[in-house]
Amino acid sequence: MSAHAEDLAVDHHDDHGHHHEQTFITKYIFSTDHKMISKQYLITGIFMGIIGILMSVLFRMQIAWPEEPFTIFEIFLGKWAEGGVMDPSVYLALVTIHGTIMVFFVLTAGLSGTFSNLLIPLQIGARDMASGFLNMVSYWLFFISSVVMVCSLFVEAGPASAGWTVYPPLSALPQAIPGSGAGMTLWLVSLAIFIASSLLGSLNYIVTTLNLRTKGMSMTRLPLTIWAFFITAIIGVVSFPVLLSAALMLIMDRSFGTSFFLSDIYIAGEVLHNQGGSPVLFEHLFWFLGHPEVYIVILPAMGIVSEVMATNSRKPIFGYRAMVASILAIAFLSTIVWGHHMFVSGMNPFLGSVFTFTTLLIAIPSAVKAFNWITTIWKGNLQMNTAMLFSIAFVSTFITGGLTGIILGDSALDINVHDTYFVIAHFHLVMGISAVYGLLAGVYHWFPKMFEGRLMNKNLGYIHFWITAIGAYGIFFPMHFVGMAGLPRRYYTNTNFPYFDDLADINVVITIFAIITAAAQVVFLYNFFHSIFYGKIGPKNPWKSNTLEWTAEVKHIHGNWDGPIPHVYRWSYDYSKLNKDETDYVIPGQDYIPQNIPLKENEEELNH
Amino acid sequence: MTAFLVVLVIILFGVAVWQMTKIFEMSKTKQTDTGEIASDKDNKVNGYLMVMFLVFLYALAIICFWKWGDVLLPKAGSEHGSQIDNLMLISMILIFFVGILTHWLLFGFAFKYRGEKGKKAVFYADNDKLEFIWTIIPVVVLAGLIIYGLFTWTDIMNVSEEDDPLVVELYAYQFDWRARYGGDDNTLGEANVRLIEGVNQLGVDGSDPNAQDDIVVNELHLPVGRKVLFKMRSQDVLHSAYMPHFRAQMNCVPGMITQFAFTPTITTEEMRQDEAVVDKVKRINEIRRENSKELAKKGEAPLEPYEFDYLLLCNKICGINHYNMQMKIIVESQEDYEAWLAEQPNMAEVLKDQ
Repeated sequence: MSAHAEDLAVDHHDDHGHHHEQTFITKYIFSTDHKMISKQYLITGIFMGIIGILMSVLFRMQIAWPEEPFTIFEIFLGKWAEGGVMDPSVYLALVTIHGTIMVFFVLTAGLSGTFSNLLIPLQIGARDMASGFLNMVSYWLFFISSVVMVCSLFVEAGPASAGWTVYPPLSALPQAIPGSGAGMTLWLVSLAIFIASSLLGSLNYIVTTLNLRTKGMSMTRLPLTIWAFFITAIIGVVSFPVLLSAALMLIMDRSFGTSFFLSDIYIAGEVLHNQGGSPVLFEHLFWFLGHPEVYIVILPAMGIVSEVMATNSRKPIFGYRAMVASILAIAFLSTIVWGHHMFVSGMNPFLGSVFTFTTLLIAIPSAVKAFNWITTIWKGNLQMNTAMLFSIAFVSTFITGGLTGIILGDSALDINVHDTYFVIAHFHLVMGISAVYGLLAGVYHWFPKMFEGRLMNKNLGYIHFWITAIGAYGIFFPMHFVGMAGLPRRYYTNTNFPYFDDLADINVVITIFAIITAAAQVVFLYNFFHSIFYGKIGPKNPWKSNTLEWTAEVKHIHGNWDGPIPHVYRWSYDYSKLNKDETDYVIPGQDYIPQNIPLKENEEELNH
Repeated sequence: MTAFLVVLVIILFGVAVWQMTKIFEMSKTKQTDTGEIASDKDNKVNGYLMVMFLVFLYALAIICFWKWGDVLLPKAGSEHGSQIDNLMLISMILIFFVGILTHWLLFGFAFKYRGEKGKKAVFYADNDKLEFIWTIIPVVVLAGLIIYGLFTWTDIMNVSEEDDPLVVELYAYQFDWRARYGGDDNTLGEANVRLIEGVNQLGVDGSDPNAQDDIVVNELHLPVGRKVLFKMRSQDVLHSAYMPHFRAQMNCVPGMITQFAFTPTITTEEMRQDEAVVDKVKRINEIRRENSKELAKKGEAPLEPYEFDYLLLCNKICGINHYNMQMKIIVESQEDYEAWLAEQPNMAEVLKDQ
């Protein structure tokens, strides 16, 4: 396999001389170069992220000060907030689209799309993706789906507002909620295109990882980033088609009179003809994707964190094989735990028992990963680059959010916290904030690789990090209390329940933290865009890392390496490895040995 | 208190900004190419900030418990509820133990091993024994939790007919609830949305003999100490019958009948006397008085004083008024319950009047 890859590589190198001139359109727009596509993914993801986070600020303000009119509501929401008073239907639309955008457009495409594209070819030593064309199509489908989603915000009756899980019948019947009209149609169209994009991307990642590894790059020498992206892509290919089928059936129920999910409904004064369908079926189909989806979001972040942590600790990642095994275990288990979202959906209680069992099983590989990260920084020489700070914070939020998962995964305990703010706090910490930290760590770490050697400003990075780290806990830690007080999610206001009056000031605190944290992201945006043009140009390998991408040309060229593709002789974690006599590092004075350096005589060979 | 919290937030924010500007100044002098890569100074400052962050996290947890520990739900009003609360307590203690420990290690190491020029990291790639230990510990602990959890779950969800439970239908529609009692025969008559007409809001089949004595109400009364089996139905979209004080919840699904059973153990009156509830009600009424003053300034009517009642809420997004879909639940003695029920018209009477 590797030999074949090498042949290809040599061919490729031969016709390297006659570069054809790139026009603006082929270079920046319809580019087939994985580095450019990754930047396209990132910037589109950031743009969508701005929309998603702004929405969350708006609805947090509504929750904190439900009676107060805000001019800002009128500015952003127009006719849905006349006089600055937010309409209940637009509140639901905001939470729905916030969820959709953050989960799919930011944390799936923005994270996995960006870094799989950037790092898979560079870290395995390939000239590009297996199919540059499919890769381009994948991005442009993602772009179209983003455009459709943004357009849906402007339709007459409002965007989809049945929650990001779009459970029918609410999402199927325009009589049930205004957002289930044209807004919902556009939502489904957007998601269908998104799934096509995701599948094309994932197939490409899988094929590239399997076929285009450079000579010597065995699977057990892959950096953990690649393992994570590879397995993520497999999960995506397994689960996304199921969501597509659910979306198609929902489209049929909505537009063509079928009854997959509808039965015995009396709404707006009349009985519908639909008979025999089941909303529970939709829940099964949705969560068969929906749960793996959270691992699609978190695994790439885990990979990035493992890599950034090892590099900045100047230590090998602890327990490489266990890390790979736990990724595999998580991937496998992730496909058989979806029912823990449905303990009180009306499905057979016996199934609830089974899903409790598998769900708590998944805590085991997760725990192994957390312990391994902690051991990785133990006795390290920690370089506190911004990416490293985000990685450490990732481990913290992953642990905190993961632990509350033990409560939610336990069917008996889930009964009383299901769909309350406890759930919101849990998943925002464990997959929202954690994945965002992974994304940010990746951006800070690989920024020089994306923008030809330029580095982001570290002091702005530190400001960004510390405010975000404090703010994120300030938002989501108190939220557990709101949930355990029994407050359901997706309530436009809680003032109809005097019982919840004493939660008002917690909600104010949460909202203040949310506003501060959102404001801190402006620092990041400034740093990011400013550094693209004016960032200082650092050394070729600024973080003294072992992986192959730092041996590639700083300037972006088609094919990544100007000369032949480097061969690989070791795993990617030979940091601070001592020579046989333990007198100095293997390479005297240098605490890292890049993967393309052949084994030295004075070093012990490991199993990698 | 809000003001205090706002001030606290501002102070924390201020501290963060102050620290940041310090870092900013510290590293401003260098203008070399490696200027954006963490220097020893950065490592040191951020190392210390890591410890401060650990303190912040512990403080946040303590402040939350101290300030808001009392907003949590009062003791469970149902038999199985105390089982759930026990399991919750055990899980919480475990979670806090693990969380405190791992965070101490994580941020402690981040501080202790902050980078310095010339310092050597230890090449430590594997230790099978260690990894075995921290695989097996979660396995054992989780096995315990799973077994305890599953027994509790099965216990709650498996309703035996021998208990002779009181059968009550909970009927959800946009945006309200109805309850239907089986009447003297404790059996619910057939019902279907296709039969909804006029006063027959639940679509009860008037020709079904079991339906004649059914009683439809919009306030749920339950006798204390008797098992109640709820049969949930929905008329239009998904709803979820959530009764937090009884640790009970089940979705209402159009096209199917779902169920949940529990035994109420504390009457509404007794619960109102409960110390935690008395405190909570007092606190809420203080808040409401404060808010009423604000309203009075604007010339609006003051808020009603609050009295504790058990609640049934909708906990599945169901439409625009999802946030206000509630029903009062009253748990009372068997006699009071029977007296109340006797006053309610049954289905035969209602349909005859039509």
